[in-house]
Amino acid sequence: MKILVPTKRVPDPDQRVKTTADGRAIDTDGLSFVANPFDLIALEEALRLRENDGAIEVVTVGIGVEDYEKELRTTLAMGADRAILVEADAELDPWNVASALKAVVTRERPDLVLMGKQAVDDDSNQAGQFLAAMLDWPQATFISKIALADGAATIDRETDAGIESASLKLPAVVTVDLRLNEPRYASMLQIMKAKKKPIERIALSDLGLAVEPRIEMVGVEVLSSKRNCQMLSSVDELIQKLRDEAQVI
Amino acid sequence: MNVLLIAEYEGDALRIASVAAVGMANDVAQTTGGTCDVLLLGADASAAAEDAARYAPVLVAEHADLSPATADCHAAVIAEWVNAKGYDVVVGAATTYGKDTLGRAAGLLGGYMASDVVGHDILDGELLLKRPMFAGSVNATVKLLGGPRVVTVRSSAYDAPTANESASPITTVEVTPQPARLNVNGVASKTGGRPDVTEAAVVVSGGRAWKTSEDFENNVGKLADTVGGAAGSSRVLVDAGITPNELQVGQTGKIVAPDLYLALGISGAVQHLAGMKNSKVIAAINSDKDAPIFQVADFGLVGDVYKLTPQLIEKLAGTCAGV
Repeated sequence: MKILVPTKRVPDPDQRVKTTADGRAIDTDGLSFVANPFDLIALEEALRLRENDGAIEVVTVGIGVEDYEKELRTTLAMGADRAILVEADAELDPWNVASALKAVVTRERPDLVLMGKQAVDDDSNQAGQFLAAMLDWPQATFISKIALADGAATIDRETDAGIESASLKLPAVVTVDLRLNEPRYASMLQIMKAKKKPIERIALSDLGLAVEPRIEMVGVEVLSSKRNCQMLSSVDELIQKLRDEAQVI
Repeated sequence: MNVLLIAEYEGDALRIASVAAVGMANDVAQTTGGTCDVLLLGADASAAAEDAARYAPVLVAEHADLSPATADCHAAVIAEWVNAKGYDVVVGAATTYGKDTLGRAAGLLGGYMASDVVGHDILDGELLLKRPMFAGSVNATVKLLGGPRVVTVRSSAYDAPTANESASPITTVEVTPQPARLNVNGVASKTGGRPDVTEAAVVVSGGRAWKTSEDFENNVGKLADTVGGAAGSSRVLVDAGITPNELQVGQTGKIVAPDLYLALGISGAVQHLAGMKNSKVIAAINSDKDAPIFQVADFGLVGDVYKLTPQLIEKLAGTCAGV
């Protein structure tokens, strides 16, 4: 049994972002990067599934235009058995990420692809669905619970209407939501040991792929959500403001 | 551009999120001299078709295997219909259904997709789409480099269109879906009859200050009922099991923009602000005068929500649209 966990390199979400001088892209100069937090939740779950079933192998995949080795090594320090780095010479949109993942799936033949529901930089929420469609595999998105048995996964999904419980046969693509687990931290010792674990590097062209962009950024603007807050002194005053001034109740 | 809108419905009515998406879809079609059709999928979609026909011509695809809705089954039907009829744009609401199903449909249609669109423009015949990134801290304007284009619309960013005087035609479509490969056992909902946070004019929302489900229900829930609104929650309460997940407002929860967002004991983490900062009026009560929620609020009150919420309930009882 093999679980493939794709991870994306993203700017640390606790930073403020700014745009490039031409206003067409995010300026990544000086930003620090991390593995996408949702993908680490997927990895944590894969590691927990392995704790219950020693026959499971956990393989992480990173796809990146820049050197992604440092963040990918975090996944090895957390406990992944090995990692694959697909090297691309251009930034990839969700379609191209899914195409690369499909090629990796064809080589690795995992039983389960477990990944974050979205990356916290572009917030697209597409790559998992695209990959499932390309592979013609069943999909379960936004899961908050998973168990594996008899070649199938039993899952809970977080939907607008509530928690949907369902099952699907493997192989499948499953994307994880926030509440599945709390990812572990790697200890210093594990981080040292992970430096010796191999990372297999594959150029995108070696997978027989060229980047075919689906989406073009025309412009980007940084938004301010600040408002001038009137500080009030009582509930009566709040009601008066909401009723008479704002007229919303 | 010829547009196909994938509508969600409940009983005999379109979901409010889908109505807002119809507005976007109709506008793209009209601005470019194209048509807009609304497609309803399900086992029993005829009743909602009449509601949908108030906005645009309706296609009804009924089949027992289309219910409960699953992404693989619905996406295959959508992609087949889009390819057969040559639609240029496919639009749906950015709900969990829309993200799940239209994402898969876009995967079958070549991957030209923009998610969570909050604005659009037609420039030199080109469809420009505005969408938030980085938890809503930036808005990107993007162009899809081929088609069919697939778009999910954040309903809070679009006003509901006015219904037409006369109903548009309703046409039945024959489909033969593949059996779903996600076997749904059921959905557990705990919202208790209140409106959904994405569909209410007033959202009363609670955060870390609330210690138990009972306290939340007796204060946040009761105030929501008093003003005829929805109850919402920050992530921390959902994580702690105090509120159900479908109440969560934020980057990874639901995105809301009601007339009034009343934040009770919510500190205002960036991920929460991403879900509510476009509300028309924001009022906040928090015991910490330096809480970041006050930076995005119009009205602020520093104090203990356990003392002030019952006062609000008492003083507002019988004066609002609620009970």
